[in-house]
Amino acid sequence: MTKTLIIDGQTIPFEEGQTIMEAATVAGVYIPHLCHHEGFTPHGSCKLCTVKVNGRACTSCTFPAAEGQEVVNNSKALNDDRRKITQMLFVEGNHLCPGCEKSGNCTLQAVGYHLNMLDNHFPHFYAKRAVDSSHPDVMIDHNRCIFCTLCARASQEKDGKDVFAISGRGITKQLIVNSPSGLLKDSELDVTDAAAHICPTGAILIKRTGYQIPIGERLYDHHTIDEISFAVSGSRPSTALPPSVAVESEKD
Amino acid sequence: MKEFIFDLATIYGNQPTHLLQILRAVQSRFHHVPEKAIEDIAALLHIPRTRIIAVAEFYSFLHLSPRGRYELLISDSITDHMLGKIELMVYLSNKLRVAPGQLRQDGLVSLNNTSCTGLCDQGPAGLVNGYALTKLDHTKAGIIADLINQTTPLPEWPSELFSVTDNIYKPGLLLNCCLDKGAALTSMFKRGVSETLTEIDRSGLRGRGGAGFKTALKWRFCSEETEQERYVVCNADEGEPGTFKDRVLLNSYAHEVFEGMTVCAAITGSTQGFLYLRGEYLFLYDKLQKILDERRQAGLLGATVLGRNFNFDIEIHLGAGAYICGEESALIESLEGKPGIPRNRPPYPVTQGYLGKPTVVNNVETFLAAAAIAVNGGNWFASAGTEKSKGTKILSISGDCDRPGIYEYPFGTTIQDILNDCGTSGVLGVQVGGPSGVFISNKEFNRKLAFEDLATGGSFIVFNNTRNILDIVQNFTRFFAHESCGFCTPCRVGTSLLRNQLDKITGGHGSAGDVVALEEICQLVKTYSHCGLGQTAANPILSTLERYPELYQSQLKKISYEPGFDLDAALETARRMANRNDKAAHLAQIGEDHD
Repeated sequence: MTKTLIIDGQTIPFEEGQTIMEAATVAGVYIPHLCHHEGFTPHGSCKLCTVKVNGRACTSCTFPAAEGQEVVNNSKALNDDRRKITQMLFVEGNHLCPGCEKSGNCTLQAVGYHLNMLDNHFPHFYAKRAVDSSHPDVMIDHNRCIFCTLCARASQEKDGKDVFAISGRGITKQLIVNSPSGLLKDSELDVTDAAAHICPTGAILIKRTGYQIPIGERLYDHHTIDEISFAVSGSRPSTALPPSVAVESEKD
Repeated sequence: MKEFIFDLATIYGNQPTHLLQILRAVQSRFHHVPEKAIEDIAALLHIPRTRIIAVAEFYSFLHLSPRGRYELLISDSITDHMLGKIELMVYLSNKLRVAPGQLRQDGLVSLNNTSCTGLCDQGPAGLVNGYALTKLDHTKAGIIADLINQTTPLPEWPSELFSVTDNIYKPGLLLNCCLDKGAALTSMFKRGVSETLTEIDRSGLRGRGGAGFKTALKWRFCSEETEQERYVVCNADEGEPGTFKDRVLLNSYAHEVFEGMTVCAAITGSTQGFLYLRGEYLFLYDKLQKILDERRQAGLLGATVLGRNFNFDIEIHLGAGAYICGEESALIESLEGKPGIPRNRPPYPVTQGYLGKPTVVNNVETFLAAAAIAVNGGNWFASAGTEKSKGTKILSISGDCDRPGIYEYPFGTTIQDILNDCGTSGVLGVQVGGPSGVFISNKEFNRKLAFEDLATGGSFIVFNNTRNILDIVQNFTRFFAHESCGFCTPCRVGTSLLRNQLDKITGGHGSAGDVVALEEICQLVKTYSHCGLGQTAANPILSTLERYPELYQSQLKKISYEPGFDLDAALETARRMANRNDKAAHLAQIGEDHD
């Protein structure tokens, strides 16, 4: 007998060991998320995927699915708060969508649209953050980093390297690079690495690819993120990944 | 340096689990963690350099840039403020000719604030190169400044500067219970190990850190795990401002605490224990090591405890200035030599803790109680307290009272009774459970100390009528922003938003919607944060907003909106460039004139 849980009144099957997010993804139920990415160890830090499980707030990307769970996901109260959490990310860094190459392909931006985010709501921190353009093929704009650790996990789990890490504490957190100089050019990062392509914002960009896909023809220009999430097998469209990674994830 | 690092790494078996201990030693020797050390440690421990940087940048007592050969930190707890800390800091800063947060040009001394050092009963307190300084005043500050300017080595400083007293004013069931060395272990083996667990169950003992999970249940869960490698951890990272009972317990009841851990090890089938000692209690380290040695000599620790087929030993790990490490899963991460970032749960430590193995983490006081229960039985303990909260609770009382110190009460005691004992008058309110607890007003002193009413880890700060509530809340709110580990969005961003928003209001820049906006951030941080730190970080604001709403409203300007920045000041650069300073080149903050 298959086990089931209920999300917003819909009965959904799950396998033992799956998280709520995994069960929902298989069933085609979209739960907003930023730090989660299928195929990587769940992190549970962005808190966008928070759902109510039997009345209690739980992080769905890390919380195990269990028989008979009653999960509230798509409620106004939760989405209002998810919008505010997204706004926190926007004011923490310096996210200027109109001038960002990632615009239209950006998960952070797409989640903002999905949650009907129309302003930044909170006072800006105006954080002073650097840009690392030292690497011949890849650049880091720290202004856009949301500390999701996907690049760190991708480097470790997919590329077998340890190029990225998150350092610091509290609001002074920062992305750091594993090289003697601290610069990307002296690290082991290669442009074909999964870590170079996984960033859900415009913090890690591939050089000389800017505007190859014109604004208006990008991933989220015609579809919202909840529609696109299930267009391909993964929770992220394959066009957002380099060919090598996309092929790999289709095999999964 | 290479040799120093090599020897250090060798002492710790080149184990990454000891990275924090290694970095503490490097910081102590070189007054920062130099680039060269990072390189060498990375090579010796076979870990990426980023891991070392992440640890160095996480803990307040580790630094990547040089601090003074004398690193002076002054405790920033509200109780230190009440004892004159702010004025003392100015005085010290002048005497030492260095601004707070700075390193003096000659590299001799650096001065800064630090979170509560657990000496609230004898503040203002501080740390010099990690060692506690107590009851600081102008005289002592002058002496310290002279000693530093004369570069007198620390061991030659007058011992009065480092004098720490216990200040036990009201001993109860536990503090009066003087156990002979080995008594709890002997009783346990005589009664039977599983029968002893039954006694602990009967005692109704619940975790003394504040959360109150049933101790016997936790130990049973651990003992029932299929994984045989298990660990016992004593959480002596009492970082909650206003708490210092563990300092006293480890100073005067360490044998009993270690014995409680050993009882736990026998019950759970563990062979290795850890005492995670907060860095601020460095002054206890040597003494505790000596006690562990004594216990090994006496056959109370080691390969054959009491001559039985029972192997257990205890290792001390020092923290390095991170309140979050009091959270049990963050503590375990720190024990593993990583930044203290709380884990996702489940799995809970009792199934997957230290190195992924079943681990019991309990408070110092819990282990003390367990040892006493092993000797005296469950009924002895359960006879005190209330139906839902058995036994006694040890309180650290500080603030506006005649006798700040340690008091032990049966659960169910009223706040008024406690206030009568410690000598108070004109009390405005009491912060029960520290900043993460609750502020209760003088209309609520009939409330009781109990898990079902006022649960507390032991912090009890008294405020009299001369104190400003918003100053208190501001101190607490800044504390949480400083201590947030930064893992999750709501706490990382939210605690800083709270700090800024509260500063705006108390600074007189708040307008109509600003208290509502403050409350909105409070709810987000409370509901969505990953761990207890974030979930309680808004408590100081929420509990005072509930009791004194008019206090917040009275800070607001009678305008509907004020920009988040100073408009006129923002024009300064433009004025300078245009070489203008006439009336038209200035802007007033909008809306200031009308109601």
